Amino acid sequence: MQIKEIEEEVHYTIQIFGDVDAASSINLDKAFDKALSLKKKKILIDCTNLDYIASAGLGVFISYIEPFKENNINFILFGLNPKVKDVFTILGLDKLLKIEDTKEAAKTHL
Amino acid sequence: MNHSYKATCVCDNLKLIREFVEKSLQNLVLSEIEVNQLVLAVDEICANLIIHAHQCNPDDILQINIFQQEKQLIFEIINNDQQPFDLNTYKNPSIQKIVEERQKGGLGLLLVHEIMDVVAVNVQDETCTWRLVKYLEASEAKL
Repeated sequence: MQIKEIEEEVHYTIQIFGDVDAASSINLDKAFDKALSLKKKKILIDCTNLDYIASAGLGVFISYIEPFKENNINFILFGLNPKVKDVFTILGLDKLLKIEDTKEAAKTHL
Repeated sequence: MNHSYKATCVCDNLKLIREFVEKSLQNLVLSEIEVNQLVLAVDEICANLIIHAHQCNPDDILQINIFQQEKQLIFEIINNDQQPFDLNTYKNPSIQKIVEERQKGGLGLLLVHEIMDVVAVNVQDETCTWRLVKYLEASEAKL
């Protein structure tokens, strides 16, 4: 798995590449922790190149819901392929997290 | 259909395990999403065993067997864990509580239970076997 962080004028984008599983989720956690410490207020999570996610990855997403909320940070996921989106849906996490199909839609709702 | 794979207990092998499961299911009439769910369920059990039961010890081994019995797709994950998780005391965790407590864990077994029709664990003769069963529709059972 690889992570890329992009600072834009308004948005801070975290791009995820490859598989987020029990072995690699620590890297996603570090990226979220960094965004939190930088106090970025509008975070886009680009999942266009996310091929697979296991519970360890889901755990990272939901463990930051409260810290981001406390710091008035909005974050939104976009570009999930059907397999990855299904994994979020199995546990109803698609109702807890903001998820959009495209970057444009994500920007609009951020 | 009868597939078997052995992997040492290191997290880097999880990807190889997933590739094995996906390849084993390739001749079944399953959608990409269904295959991914089955791969995920096996991955979750293997990850738990590797990390919690075997502490990522590369000398320990997991064996994964995949076979079909009529309309049942059966996944066995075999290891030498003598004190497996007690499924009889397992209760589905509250997602809301996990969010509030900022937990990163606790979702794996919940996913496995949501995906599989039967989840069982058995220890016999120093061998621990996790058995995951998925009931197939008639149209899916073709090989």
